[in-house]
Amino acid sequence: MLKSCREITRLVSEAQERQLSLSEGANVRLHLAVCSGCRNFSNQMKTLREIARCYTNGSGAANDAAADSRNQDNGDR
Amino acid sequence: MSENVAADSINLVESREQSPLSDPQFLQELRGQMLRFASLQLNDHQLAEDAVQEALIGAFKNVRTFAGRAALRTWVFAILKNKIADILRQRQRYADADQLLRADREQHDHDELFDLRGHWLRDERPAQWEDPESAVYDKHFWRVFEVCLNHLPVRQAQVFMMREFIELESHEICAAAEITVSNLNVTLYRARVRLRECLENNWYMLED
Repeated sequence: MLKSCREITRLVSEAQERQLSLSEGANVRLHLAVCSGCRNFSNQMKTLREIARCYTNGSGAANDAAADSRNQDNGDR
Repeated sequence: MSENVAADSINLVESREQSPLSDPQFLQELRGQMLRFASLQLNDHQLAEDAVQEALIGAFKNVRTFAGRAALRTWVFAILKNKIADILRQRQRYADADQLLRADREQHDHDELFDLRGHWLRDERPAQWEDPESAVYDKHFWRVFEVCLNHLPVRQAQVFMMREFIELESHEICAAAEITVSNLNVTLYRARVRLRECLENNWYMLED
C-alpha cells in the first residue's frame, strides 16, 4: 500500500468537500480495494451525510419525514 | 418569503382546519425539534428561539401549500436552516482566541486509532454496518446521534454542523469560523472520525 490508512481516511473525508485530484482518487481506489477498514470508513462517511440530511429534515423524532427521505433516496439510485 | 401576504392570510383561514399546524401536539413537538436543532448550531437560546419563531410564522402564512406533515416539516426546517446560515455568516467577527486555543488542544485527539505506520489498530478498525440507513426510522437512534454530537469538542461540532446540517460550502465556513481550508479539513475529519466511532460503539455494533 502506497498510502497509510491515516492518509487515505483523510482523503476520503476531504472528498466530501472537494473533487480529489486524479492521483489522489487513484490512490484511494487502490487502497479501498484491499483495505476493508478504510472501505467501511468510506461507506460510513456517506451514511453520516445521509443521516445528517435526515436529521435536518426534522426527522430526529418523526417517522414520516424519515420515510419520505428514504423514498427520495431510493429514487435517486 | 411570500410577497402576497393578503392572499396568504385568506388561504390561511380557509385551510387551517386540515392543516397539521392546527394540531397542538404536532406543533409543540415540531417546535421542540426545531429549537433543539437551532440551539445546537447557535449556542444561544434567545437567538435560537427567534429563528424558530420566524420560521414557524412563515409556515403559518404558507399553510395551504403543504400536502402533509413531512412536507411541512421539511419546509420549516429549510427556512430555519437559511436563518441559521445567515446568522452564522454574520458572526464571523466573533471567533475568539479561546476557540483557537481549544482547536490547538484538540490536535492529537485520535492518533491512537492508527499504528506507527499509519494503519488501523486492530481494535479501532471500522466495522461493516448492517443496513445503516434503517436507523433513521428509530427514535432511539436519534437520541444516540444527539448524544454523540454533544460529545464532540465544541469547535468540531460547530464546524461539522455548518457543513452537514446548514450545508455551507468550505469557503463560507472558513470565513464564518476564521480558519484556513486545511484547518477546516482537519476539523471536519476529526469530527467525522469521532462521530463514526461513537455511532459504531453505541448503535451499530452495540451488543445487547
